[in-house]
This record gives sequence, structure tokens and C-alpha cells, in this order.
Amino acid sequence: MTWDQMQALMWPATQETFQMVGVSAAVTVLLGLPLGVLLVLTDKGGLLANRAVNKAIGFVVNIARSVPFIILMIALISFTRWLVGTSIGWQAATVPLTIGAIPFFARLVETSVREVDRGLVEAVQSMGGSTWTIVRKTLLPEALPGLAASVTTTIITLVSYSAMAGTVGGGGLGTLAVNYGYQRFETAFMWVIVAELVIIVTAVQLLGDFAVRSLANRGRTGGRTRLLGRTPAGPATPDEDVVAS
Amino acid sequence: MITTTDLTKVYRSRGREVTALAGVDLHVRPGEVYGVVGTSGAGKSTLIRCVNMLERPTSGTVTVDGVELTALSGGENRAGKELREARRRIGMVFQHFNLLSSRTVQQNVELPLEIIGLDRTERRRRAAELLDLVGLGDKARSYPNQLSGGQKQRVGIARALAGDPKVLLSDEATSALDPETTRSILRLLRDLNQQLGLTVLLITHEMDVIKSVCDSAALMRGGRVVESGELTDLLAKPGSELARELFPLSEFGTGHAGSTVLEITFQGDTSAQPFVSQLARTYQIDINILGAAVETIAGRMVGRMRVELSGAHQDNVVPIGYLREQGLQVDVLGAADGALA
Repeated sequence: MTWDQMQALMWPATQETFQMVGVSAAVTVLLGLPLGVLLVLTDKGGLLANRAVNKAIGFVVNIARSVPFIILMIALISFTRWLVGTSIGWQAATVPLTIGAIPFFARLVETSVREVDRGLVEAVQSMGGSTWTIVRKTLLPEALPGLAASVTTTIITLVSYSAMAGTVGGGGLGTLAVNYGYQRFETAFMWVIVAELVIIVTAVQLLGDFAVRSLANRGRTGGRTRLLGRTPAGPATPDEDVVAS
Repeated sequence: MITTTDLTKVYRSRGREVTALAGVDLHVRPGEVYGVVGTSGAGKSTLIRCVNMLERPTSGTVTVDGVELTALSGGENRAGKELREARRRIGMVFQHFNLLSSRTVQQNVELPLEIIGLDRTERRRRAAELLDLVGLGDKARSYPNQLSGGQKQRVGIARALAGDPKVLLSDEATSALDPETTRSILRLLRDLNQQLGLTVLLITHEMDVIKSVCDSAALMRGGRVVESGELTDLLAKPGSELARELFPLSEFGTGHAGSTVLEITFQGDTSAQPFVSQLARTYQIDINILGAAVETIAGRMVGRMRVELSGAHQDNVVPIGYLREQGLQVDVLGAADGALA
């Protein structure tokens, strides 16, 4: 197989992978974000504390997360066919990808939102803010670096799942790797595809890290970028007041 | 301005009950700075959080500026519309500032204005005004991370004032600050109290805070107010625990056996009188000064002096009567045995 032949096959497959991951990531964020926030709000001591709702959501999320993705894909075939009219191709693959990723993302969102200082919530409450105001103006903006990291992790997971979807006719780079690399013994081609996936994942991770850093460093002077969580607290500008804490 | 009657708060967790407030009556008059002091666990933090319903009291009532907050629906996490509106008229500042790190200083101050529903231009104008008021006009575009502790608390104060409140609650606002910064923040609170006629209820564990800004104070212990009143009255009250804490003379000498030891407290005009020499001249007695201190409390000069008169208490009844006639507060600490508290 020549490089030209490989390229001719890889380009459309790459596009399919991007579409598959892009659509499922978008829907996952759209549905997983409110779900994750709801997990925090309905928890004990939360703003909308409701044991029954919290347990119910938690249960569904845990079930969905326990099912191996390959089984989820097969189990969802009739639902997928009903929803998008087909059970093969990248459009069909977005359905199980999204359903698999939503609970995963929701748990990550939950963790990030939980880390927002309780005192900030109280401050907004003392100003007369409603629960919706607290979510929109405090919890989400303050959790943004963590949320960006969650989106990054979710996209990377979706890329690897999308390759798995390829093994059962999901289209994209996964299908290409199985059809040519595995079934036709084009080992070299398979490694080229794997290399491409590595490049995609690395690029997503770097982009995500950059986003997280710039969000976390809001207000920290200097062009230096620091890793999340290692940023030293305290004033960056010395002045007449000295911080005791 | 703020009245609580028989306020109780009981926390229940896993079958155990913890009483944080055991019937607190508090009366804060309009325009005064009222300090609640006590050790940690005394219930003062619960008390201030009950005032704006961040904690819903178990029983009792809270009235702020004529509105009975305890009668409004919701509380703690699910405040009803009326309670949320009432909260907008009560500013609150926190020990750890609680500023949003994702927002600039100006945006932090604008947050309560967004909640009220002011438009953008109006919000900007008001935020700039408030930041000038607290002396941070040049920091509008900075982020909280770029500020020192004192500056952060100034932003917190500006934010608390955004809704034009009549009442400001201060939850250990200076406890995370060094002494110098504490003084500047307290001065700011005092200025705001005088300029805007703001009523301030603050809680603290530091007696110095009470001494430097408060008009009135309450001492809390075990969920109860054990003593309260205006500082000037408290200082004039014999045996006042708060007065003793505000103005400790314990390190002074305790006199000789067989003598009478007096503690004389003088305030305002009486501090200008040369009563010691008058006493000595009038009654031909010897006076030994064991210790003395003058301080400014609640904006007034207050002095306290411990003196020793020779002879037992009964020999000194007349001179003591003379001092009391001069408008001085005289506590007889003990006589004869010299063993004093």
C-alpha cells in the first residue's frame, strides 16, 4: 500500500471521526453538564437537597458507567435505528458514544462543581441570589477550569471509544484500522492510523491543558503558565497591606 | 434596627443535638456599631448567620429594619422571593472575603447589582463609586488574586454596600488580617457607619475590635448573651465582665496588707480633674498609685486607676464617698488581708 493510497483512505475517515466525536461531545456537554450540576445540588446539604432524586440520578449514572461500551453499542442498536434511521456509519455511532459519555462527563462535572468554595455560595445567598443565579454566576464560572479539564478528558475518551465503534461498522478511523490493518494484514497502515490517533489525542490534551491553564490563571500576573492546583495563593502585588493568612 | 427575641438554634445530626443558641435577645439600635464577642463555639457565628437566615433559627424571631425575617418563607438554601429581597438590603462581609476569583474586582462589586437587576451602565457607575468609597478606585480591573488581604476585604465591603443596605453584618471580617490591616478595615467600617448612617453588627473574638469601633457590645458564652449594653454604661457598671476584659488592670500591683485598694474608673470630663491631689489635700491621707491606664473606648477617653489608701475600709469610707461624689466610679477591691482577685 502506497502512502498516496493510505492518504486517500485516511482523509475521509479522519473527517468521520471528527464529526462523530464533535457531535457526541457537543451533545454530551449539553446534557451532561446539567446532570452533573443536579448531582451536586440535590446532594445532602445542597441547594436543592433531595435524597430521592439524588439517589435516582446517581443510580442511573452508575449503571450507565458500568456497562462496557461495546455492549452498550449493541444494546442500543434498535434505539439508534429508531433515532437516526440507521445502525451503521458515523451518524449511528454518535448515539451510543453520547449515551456512554454523558454519565462519565456528569461525574466529572460533579467533582469540579463540588470543589467550588461553599463560602462563595453563601456570599451570593446573602446578596439575595436565587439558586439559578448561584449556578449561573458562581458555581459554573468558578468551576470553569475544572469543567474545561473534564471536557478535554471526555473528548479523549470519545476518540478512543469512536475507534472501538469502528470495529462494528461505526465508520471513521476505527473502521479503517480494522478493515485494512487487521482484516487485510496491512500492518503498516494500521500503525499509521494508530499514530494518527496518538497525534489527535495529544493535540486535544495540549489544547485542553492550555485552556485550563489560562482559565485558572485569570488574574495571576506574569506570562508564566503553571499547572492547575500548584498556583501559589496570596498577593501577586505587594503593597501597604500584608496578608496574614 | 436588628432585634432578635428568644432565638434558639439546635443542630441535629445522627440523633445528637447540639444547642448553638439558647435563647438570645439582641437589640441593635439604628446607626450604631454593635459587637458580639465570645470565644469560638460560643454561638456568635450562628447568631449572625441567623440574622440574614443563612441559618434558619429553630425558634424565636429576627426582625431587621421592621421586617420579620423569620416570618418569610424558605431559609438556608431555599429562600423564598420575599426573603431574597430582604437579604438584598442586608450587606454581609466574611472572614475569608468570599470573592469570586473568576471575576475582576469591579465585576465582583457588580454581582449584587446584577441580582437586583440594574442595567450595565448603572452597574458600572455604582461599582466605580463604591470602589472609590473604600479606596480601591484604581484596582477595578484587577482580579482578587492580585490583591492583598486588606484590599480583598475592602472589595468585600464595597460589594456588601452595593445594594444600599441599612444594615451591614460582619462575620469576623478582620480575623484573617494582620493588626495593621485590621485597624484600617475597622477605621473604614467606622467611617461608613458615620457617613452613611449604616448600622453594623459584627462578631469577633478580639476584644480590641470591640474597643476600637463598637458603641455597644454583647458577650456570648455557651449560646447565651451573658452581658450586653453600651460600652460607656458597661464601663461604669461595677463588676462588669466586659469592662474588665476591655480594660484589664490585672497586671497591676495588689497593695499591702492592712490597706484599702480602690479601682477608680473615670470617663470624659471627669478624667480632667486632679482628684488624686484633691483627695490627699482634703483628707490629709497618703495615696499610693498602683497602676493606671487611659484608653479611648467607643470614641471616649476612659481611664482606670488602681490606688491604695492606708488603713482598712471602714477608715476610708469618707474619702471613698468624696470620690463617688465627683462622678467617679469606685470599686473597692478588698481590704486588710491584701489578697485580691
